[in-house]
Amino acid sequence: MWNRISKHHLFWPLTVLAALLLFNLVYKPGFFSVRIQGGHLYGSLIDILNYGAPLILVAIGMTLVIATGGIDLSVGSIVAISGAIACLIVSRASDQHSLSIVLTAVGVALGLAIICGLWNGILVGGAGMQAIIATLILMVAGRGIAQLVTNGQIVTVTSNPYKYIGAGWLAMLPFSIFIVAAVLLAAAWLTRRTALGLFIESVGSNATASRLAGIRSRSVIFAVYIFCGLCAGLAGIILSSNVSSADGNNAGLWYELDAILAVVIGGTSLNGGRFYLSGTVVGALIIQTLTTTIYMVGVPPEITLVVKAFVVFTVCLIQSEKFRMAMTGKGKRRRAPAEREVTQHG
Amino acid sequence: MKRATKLGAAAALIAVTLFSAACGNNTGSGNSPTNTTNAGGEQTTAPAAGKVVLGFSQVGAESGWRSANSDSVKEAAATAGFELKFSDAQQKQENQIKAIRSFILQKVDAIAFSPVVESGWDTVLQEAKEAGIPVILTDRAVDSKDTSLYETFIGSDFVEEGRRAGKWLVEQYKDAAEPIKIVELQGTTGSAPAIDRKNGFEEVIKDQANLQIIASQTGDFTRAKGKEVMQSFLQAHKDIDVLYAHNDDMGLGAIQAIEAAGLVPGKDIIIITVDAVKDGMAAAAEGKINFIVECNPLLGPQLMQAVNDVLAGTEIERRIVTEEGTFTSEEAKAVLADRKY
Repeated sequence: MWNRISKHHLFWPLTVLAALLLFNLVYKPGFFSVRIQGGHLYGSLIDILNYGAPLILVAIGMTLVIATGGIDLSVGSIVAISGAIACLIVSRASDQHSLSIVLTAVGVALGLAIICGLWNGILVGGAGMQAIIATLILMVAGRGIAQLVTNGQIVTVTSNPYKYIGAGWLAMLPFSIFIVAAVLLAAAWLTRRTALGLFIESVGSNATASRLAGIRSRSVIFAVYIFCGLCAGLAGIILSSNVSSADGNNAGLWYELDAILAVVIGGTSLNGGRFYLSGTVVGALIIQTLTTTIYMVGVPPEITLVVKAFVVFTVCLIQSEKFRMAMTGKGKRRRAPAEREVTQHG
Repeated sequence: MKRATKLGAAAALIAVTLFSAACGNNTGSGNSPTNTTNAGGEQTTAPAAGKVVLGFSQVGAESGWRSANSDSVKEAAATAGFELKFSDAQQKQENQIKAIRSFILQKVDAIAFSPVVESGWDTVLQEAKEAGIPVILTDRAVDSKDTSLYETFIGSDFVEEGRRAGKWLVEQYKDAAEPIKIVELQGTTGSAPAIDRKNGFEEVIKDQANLQIIASQTGDFTRAKGKEVMQSFLQAHKDIDVLYAHNDDMGLGAIQAIEAAGLVPGKDIIIITVDAVKDGMAAAAEGKINFIVECNPLLGPQLMQAVNDVLAGTEIERRIVTEEGTFTSEEAKAVLADRKY
């Protein structure tokens, strides 16, 4: 039984998350307290969910891209572009509170995000570029586009409906959580209840073999990059809506790295193939919990990044089976005969 | 497979030609006014002889303050009849070093820049010195031991800004006996305004034992980070009395967090910020920010004057301080309509 639990792909990510939360509980006993404030829940856990929402979204899109053996470095820039264009449209409107303006803004922003994703898809799937280089182009250019859109200024909006997306409450929970849940369910349904997930994994394992087997690798690659772009676009809207302003310079800065990290912590291999959406969500929550923990504990800003890096390092070590084996010494006894056998045969 | 490779190659080729074309343009316009310092000096007295070329490397466009600063430099350069080469470093020192090196290669008459961080400038400034191009620092200082590397430093006195924020706070609580708990949102770690505003503030309040800074974290000068960090502060500490934010934007983000916690910004938590940009002044006029220390971004005219003086060989001050004031809520209300930025 224990063996089965510890072999589950979510076991180590969840253990790390639990450990982080436990640390917070010991350090600040009030950490788990959630009270009702102004008609909605209020507390650190809610904050983690709320601020983690954009990262979870981006990481879900990233998971599928990584599953095809690719990578998308441009998500941070897409976050900036979509937030910028949405805020710009809302700020230009004569009546910012009008729902139709906000919907138009969201629609245009998401449309642009899809175009960005399509652009990546064309470069990777169509032109056969290396994913890391192809998406690097938009990563660099995208931030410039976002700055062009905002004219280098911070665009402030006062629209209530727009603010609702990232800072509103539904059923006492942050509205953004529901967006994440919807996207997660859609992604899970599409990849686990239809053959699409299998296609993605097969393209990630071996694109040529999949094509020979009759899978349209190119369409699959187009689809995942578009989906990734869409997720990043949504995240950009949530982020900008949360502070009611768009900052072309800093919105989504380094998001791609956090998203990739979340995917890897969640157990998906960067080589492509098998992917774990649930693992990614836990990975993103670990990153956000860590950030919140650092603020709560009061780590001096000069060493924040070192602390973060150290925890990530530890998490990755724990995830490594080889390292665990070496630490427990358990593997040595059991593994050694088997390995010898293999080398002899080899 | 072959077709895909060809397509990729074609795309790469287009990208390369585009990039090289862009570079060609730059060097082309950069070469036209060849420079020697003497000629530059004459040019300023007789502008018809050729434009003075000024290379300006800006930190980025991270805040309304910065944008106002950029606009002021651009406007003043146009008024003075200078050719301005403006470069945005997007908050990265390596971009700024690259920009300065390219200014040197383009043989501009003078270089002005606002350093992203304080340290690590000696090498590139030495290169500028060897090329005979005078360097003027604006807004932020560098910590180089060799002060001959730059002509002057134009900008605000950040330590003084921190002191002013602290003095107002000390004044407010001079009769208070109970401990006053302060949280601080710092600017970008390692940047001169963050270091100096922190030190100036601490220097003034340290004499008053009941003023305690209970938490201090960086908010990277942005609203989003300011809000997120403030939210954590509010969770971790139940009884915050004062917030000191190193710029308005972080303060504005924090205000949203304070409101989300069901507290009234400006009343339940006293808020002090630095900068006095438009959004900040508006919040102050509404009473959400109690005290703003101004940090004047409109230093373009002073910069152009300094460039003229340096190129003409006139002796100039090593330190030119911009004129700035402070605003309480009432004062902010009175001047809000006339503010340029």
